[in-house]
Amino acid sequence: MTLETLWYAIITGMLTGYVVFDGFDLGVGILHKFVARTDAERRACLRSIGPVWDGNEVWLIAAGGALLFAFPRLYAVSFSGFYLPLMMVLWLLVLRALAIELRHHVANQVWQPFWDTVFAGASAALALFFGVALGCVIRGVPLAADGTFFAPLWTDLRASTGTGILDWYTLLVGVTATAALALHGALWLGWRVGGDVRARCDRLVPPLGVAVALLVAGTTAATVWLHPAMLRELAAAPWGAPLPALALAGLAVIARSVRAGRRGRAFAGSAAFLVGMIGSAAFELYPFVLRSTSEVPGLTAADAASSAHGLAVGLGWWVPGIALVAVYFVYNYRQLPAQIDPNEHAPNDH
Amino acid sequence: MSSAETAHRLQFAFTITYHYIFPQLTMGLALLIFALKTIAVRGGPNAAIAAESARFWLKIFGVTFVMGVVTGIPMEFQFGTNWSRFSERTGGIIGHTLAMEGLFAFFLESSFLYLLLYGERRLGPRGHWLVSLALFAGTWLSGFFIVATNAWMQHPVGYTLDPDGTFHLDSFWALLTNPWLPWQYLHTMLGAVVTGAFCMGGVGAFYLLAGRCRDHARLFVKLGAIAALIATALAAFPTGDQQAKNVATHQPVTFAAMEGHFHTEDGAALVLIGQPDMDALAIDNALQLPRVLSFMTHQRWGARIEGLTEFDRAVWPDNVPLLYYAYHVMVGLGTILLAIAALAVWSLRRGALYERRWVLWLLTLAMPFPFIANIAGWYTAELGRQPWLVYGLLRTADGTSPHVSTGNVLFSLLGFFGLYALLTILYLFIMTRLLGRGPEATA
Repeated sequence: MTLETLWYAIITGMLTGYVVFDGFDLGVGILHKFVARTDAERRACLRSIGPVWDGNEVWLIAAGGALLFAFPRLYAVSFSGFYLPLMMVLWLLVLRALAIELRHHVANQVWQPFWDTVFAGASAALALFFGVALGCVIRGVPLAADGTFFAPLWTDLRASTGTGILDWYTLLVGVTATAALALHGALWLGWRVGGDVRARCDRLVPPLGVAVALLVAGTTAATVWLHPAMLRELAAAPWGAPLPALALAGLAVIARSVRAGRRGRAFAGSAAFLVGMIGSAAFELYPFVLRSTSEVPGLTAADAASSAHGLAVGLGWWVPGIALVAVYFVYNYRQLPAQIDPNEHAPNDH
Repeated sequence: MSSAETAHRLQFAFTITYHYIFPQLTMGLALLIFALKTIAVRGGPNAAIAAESARFWLKIFGVTFVMGVVTGIPMEFQFGTNWSRFSERTGGIIGHTLAMEGLFAFFLESSFLYLLLYGERRLGPRGHWLVSLALFAGTWLSGFFIVATNAWMQHPVGYTLDPDGTFHLDSFWALLTNPWLPWQYLHTMLGAVVTGAFCMGGVGAFYLLAGRCRDHARLFVKLGAIAALIATALAAFPTGDQQAKNVATHQPVTFAAMEGHFHTEDGAALVLIGQPDMDALAIDNALQLPRVLSFMTHQRWGARIEGLTEFDRAVWPDNVPLLYYAYHVMVGLGTILLAIAALAVWSLRRGALYERRWVLWLLTLAMPFPFIANIAGWYTAELGRQPWLVYGLLRTADGTSPHVSTGNVLFSLLGFFGLYALLTILYLFIMTRLLGRGPEATA
């Protein structure tokens, strides 16, 4: 395996870490207005993510840094090309963090509902944007002769060469991602929070699960329709098959575990589903890191990568670094309360 | 300068200036909170007050830290969104230090922040002390990787340069042992301690003037004044002095511009005050110390200092007056702050500080100025590096994103204006409440 392939896998892994970890707290944000009605219930939802959400979000920042280091050309071309949506993502990340961290500072009937709404809106919009971004990566972007692009937010919503960020395909992926993260969040809340919140999550999970399964089927069909060559490529690389299989198995585990009332396992199934989906998309994309919809050839990992020496040096700090991260995460997640009762007053409330 | 380049620069300058209000305070407070926690765990007469004081300052720290995080995320992304040619060419080098910041500093900070803010009861005194050490290490590590990145842009080392302008890493060791790095890092961190110390001392002085929370306020003033004196003194000498010598050696044109030194001279004067006149190439209304610049730079009264006119205009920093003012504001405020800190510590030693109202007034009113001095210091570094992104190798004009138009940058810049105005209101609102309640409410 070449170094750039290894770093492609590492960065995919870090982004998957972001989706799996921050995914459930985004899902909590999307759902909490529906499943938590009283102030005590909302506080219980926030307490279930309070100690970990910031660390979860660092996966995104760390993956961004690793992308700059390992694939500077990809970082440069894609971040400047997706300028407008990225700026909006930054603003949403700012507002969402404020909502989580400032809500508890003032006990007030105006302040707290305001931040609850900001938390919900920003979480939902971020999930949608991240899904749209994934859709753009799968669909490809119209690279100009100099190998760069600048995408408008939308043009005619048709997934053709002249398209913007938003078209029917990327919106479909965005809605799928939003539903998948809402499901992820519902499974988390049902597992970690008790009382009425759990009961409402339990009612929400079956229809959400069916919706996710249908959306995934639709998105897969649309992807094959856009990229008919994909099926041939998959047939030529059958060792990638475990990834989509993992996603399907994840969905099956969710369905079985929910019926059996095994909440932890259902959440793990959702995590496996997300890993399988992101992994499949990344596997399918490779060796490209940015697909082109114009005549200009797309950007491959080899085109975009730093020098081999730099990539090798990077492994020298990445391996001990990620080992430390694993220690922090295990420690922090073990500190989380196994289950939060919304009706019980917490001494160190957040 | 094209209008797109101006817009990209304005956005970066605005977002980084606003961002740096917060980390300088958290990096400084992290050390002082660790000091308070240390006093608390060691026992002694002040232990209970120190523990309560740490709790109070942790609340301030927590909100400030959140502001630093949310305004920091856009910084990393803007390298790609607004400075794509810079990222593409230098990512193989600065990507190392920026990615390491995420892996080694951000994960550490984010994992322990919640425990530090809310976990005192669960962790017990020793455990909580240890977590305050972890946060101190995390914030200072973060600063290290950022300054290491900047030091490479100021003084590139350990690279090879392709004909197409792409930099490749040649020596990782050289990147971390950049001679520019240690002095710039220590100077920056001491600047942060100055901010933290003056905030702690200033809040304490305000409470004493208002006749509130006397026991806590005395500890704030005492710790703040002592830390402020040590940090302002070390910021001036040796770190500021050595940093200026680095600039004089490696960026002589920058040195001439920031000192307002236009013409080569033996025995050059140090300009204290005056306005640069870019038509006459002279300082108007100059108040200067003869031969002092030569002595400070080379330890010889008659040493030759090259003036700005010695260099081709194409390599002059593109805003000489602003660079000159930024540098003089930093040095001037640093000197005033050093004097205030020295006065406070002198009063403290004579046992008179807590009753000497005019010194307490000085400490209270001094609070905004370390922020200005720190930001002016970064302006000196960044304006001084112009017209280069990577000194001598990559021009700022060649680093922007070519397809991101002026109109699009203006859109995001206006968005940042609005969002950060909201942040300012929220931060001041919550700070006012926390300071109004005071440390006794958090006991």
